[in-house]
Amino acid sequence: MKILVPVKRVVDYNVKVRVKADGTGVDLANVKMSMNPFDEIAIEEAVRLKEAGIATEVIAVSCGVAACQETLRTAMAIGADRGILVETDVDLQPLAVAKLLQALCAKEQPQIVICGKQAIDDDANQTGQMLAALQNWPQATFASKVVLANGKATVTREIDGGLETLEISLPAVVSTDLRLNEPRYATLPNIMKAKKKPLDTVKPADLGVDVTPRLTTLKVAEPAKRSAGIRVADVAELVNKLKNEAKVI
Amino acid sequence: MAILVIAEHDNTALKAATLNTVAAAQKIGGDIHLLVAGSNCSAAAQEAATLNGVSLVKVADAAHYQNQTAENLTALVIANAAGYSHILAPATTFGKNLAPRIAALLDVAQISEITGVESADTFVRPIYAGNALATVKSADQTKVITVRSTAFDAVNRENAAKIDSISPAADTAQSTLTNRELTKSERPELGAAKIIVSGGRGLGSGENYHTLLEPLADKLGAALGASRAAVDAGFVPNDYQVGQTGKIVAPQLYIAVGISGAIQHLAGMKESKVIVAINKDPDAPIFQVADYGLVGDLFEVVPQLVGAVG
Repeated sequence: MKILVPVKRVVDYNVKVRVKADGTGVDLANVKMSMNPFDEIAIEEAVRLKEAGIATEVIAVSCGVAACQETLRTAMAIGADRGILVETDVDLQPLAVAKLLQALCAKEQPQIVICGKQAIDDDANQTGQMLAALQNWPQATFASKVVLANGKATVTREIDGGLETLEISLPAVVSTDLRLNEPRYATLPNIMKAKKKPLDTVKPADLGVDVTPRLTTLKVAEPAKRSAGIRVADVAELVNKLKNEAKVI
Repeated sequence: MAILVIAEHDNTALKAATLNTVAAAQKIGGDIHLLVAGSNCSAAAQEAATLNGVSLVKVADAAHYQNQTAENLTALVIANAAGYSHILAPATTFGKNLAPRIAALLDVAQISEITGVESADTFVRPIYAGNALATVKSADQTKVITVRSTAFDAVNRENAAKIDSISPAADTAQSTLTNRELTKSERPELGAAKIIVSGGRGLGSGENYHTLLEPLADKLGAALGASRAAVDAGFVPNDYQVGQTGKIVAPQLYIAVGISGAIQHLAGMKESKVIVAINKDPDAPIFQVADYGLVGDLFEVVPQLVGAVG
C-alpha cells in the first residue's frame, strides 16, 4: 500500500510574524521556515505504518517554490521513501493544491493520503477535504488515531464535543490532529541518507492543472493590539476589580 | 441573492454557533435559508425557524443524515446549491470538515473562519494564528465560507420562518460512525460560555486541574478550558483545548491559570473581554494580554479566589 503525504513549507511555529508596513502581506524575509507541524505528524504516521509492515512506500509531496525541496528532504529524513516537488512561484491556494494532489493521485495510485489538518500560515484547514471531494473518496479529518485493516481505515477524530470514530473505505484522505503521534527527530545518519533519496520535480502545467488564485488579498493588517493591564497584589484586589471595575462577576 | 446557511445541530437542538453564522449571513445581506439535515430532526428544524433573519428552513430528514457525515451532507448541499450566491457554515469541527468538500465540488475557493464582512465578495479572516488579518476578495460565483462564531453576535429567536421539506440525496455509504464519546458536562459549552476558567501545564497534573479549577468554575458558572500543554499532558480531554488549532473563544471573562501564554494559545482567547492571568512567573507572556495579572502560586491563589467570589 502506497501512502502519499503532502508537506508544506511554512514560517516556523516559533516565529512571531510581522505585518509589512505597506499592508501587502507578512514579512518573510530572513524568517526561519520549517515543515508545517501537522504535516510532520502526517509523515510520522505514514512512516510508522510502513515500519509496521502495513504500507509499502511513503511518498512526500510539496507544492511551491524551489526551496520546498528542503521540506521534502526533512520528510525523507523522517522516513519518506521519495519526494515529489510541484514547483511554482504562484501563490498556491488550497483548491489549487488539492487539484495538483488529485493529478498526482491519478499517477501514483495511493491507497491513502495522510495530510496535516491545517497549515499554520494561512490557517485554512481545507486541502485534505478538497482532495477527498475531487477524488470522491471518503475523508476522516482531525485524526487522533488511525488503524488500517481489511481495506478500511478506522479513524478516531477530535471533534468539538469530544471524540468520534469513523470507519471509512479505502482509498481515503485522513488529516492529522495534534495528538495522533509525536514525530521523531531526524537523526544525522537519516538526514544524510535522505539526501540520496529520489526527488522528482514537476510543474503544474505538466500535471495539466490551472493554479490561478481565486482569492485576491486586498490587504493584510495587524490586529488591534491588546494592551497589558495592571498587576494586582492579591486575590482581594483581583475580586474587587472584577466586581467593581470590569463588572464581569 | 440568496444565502444558504448549514445548521449545526444534534437532531434535537441547534448548536449555538449556528446563530452566529446566521448573523454573518445577515451582514452579507439577502434572503437567508437554513438547511437542517438530520434524522428525526424536526425539533431542530422548529428551533431553526425561530431564528431572526431566516426566511426559509429547508429540512432533509433521512436516516443517513443521523450523524451528518461530510460525504452525505456534501451530496445534499451540491444537489441544492443552485441559486445560492453564498453557502455558510460555522467554523467548528463540523463546518471545517464539511465546507471545503462542498467548495471543491463547486470548483470554488473556500474562505475559512471569517471575522468580518466588508461586502458580498470581500471578507476579513485571521491568518498566522491571528497575528495578521487578511482582507480577501473572492472572484468565484459561489462563495463558500466558514464563520468564526466569536466575531458575530448571535441572532435572536423571535421569528417564525416557513419550513419546507426537501428530498434527501442518495446515501454515499462511504463513511460509518461507529462510536461517539462526547464529554458529559453540566457546565456551559466552551464556545458559548460567558466565563471560562482555563488551566495549563502549571497545574502539574490532571488531579490538580480538577481539584483546583472545578470549584472555581462551579462558583462562577464557568466553562472549563485548557492550553495545549495541559491537553497533551493528559490532564483533560482534547475538546478542552483553546488555541489556534483548538477552540477560539471570546467570553466576558477568561481566567488563565498556570498558562504561560504561547502565541498559539493567545490566538484562541485574546478577543476575550476581560482576561485574568494567574501565574508564578512574572515574565510569562500571558501577562502581556491580561487586564489583571496576579503573580503568585496558583495552589494558594485559586482556593483563595474560590473563597472570595460568590
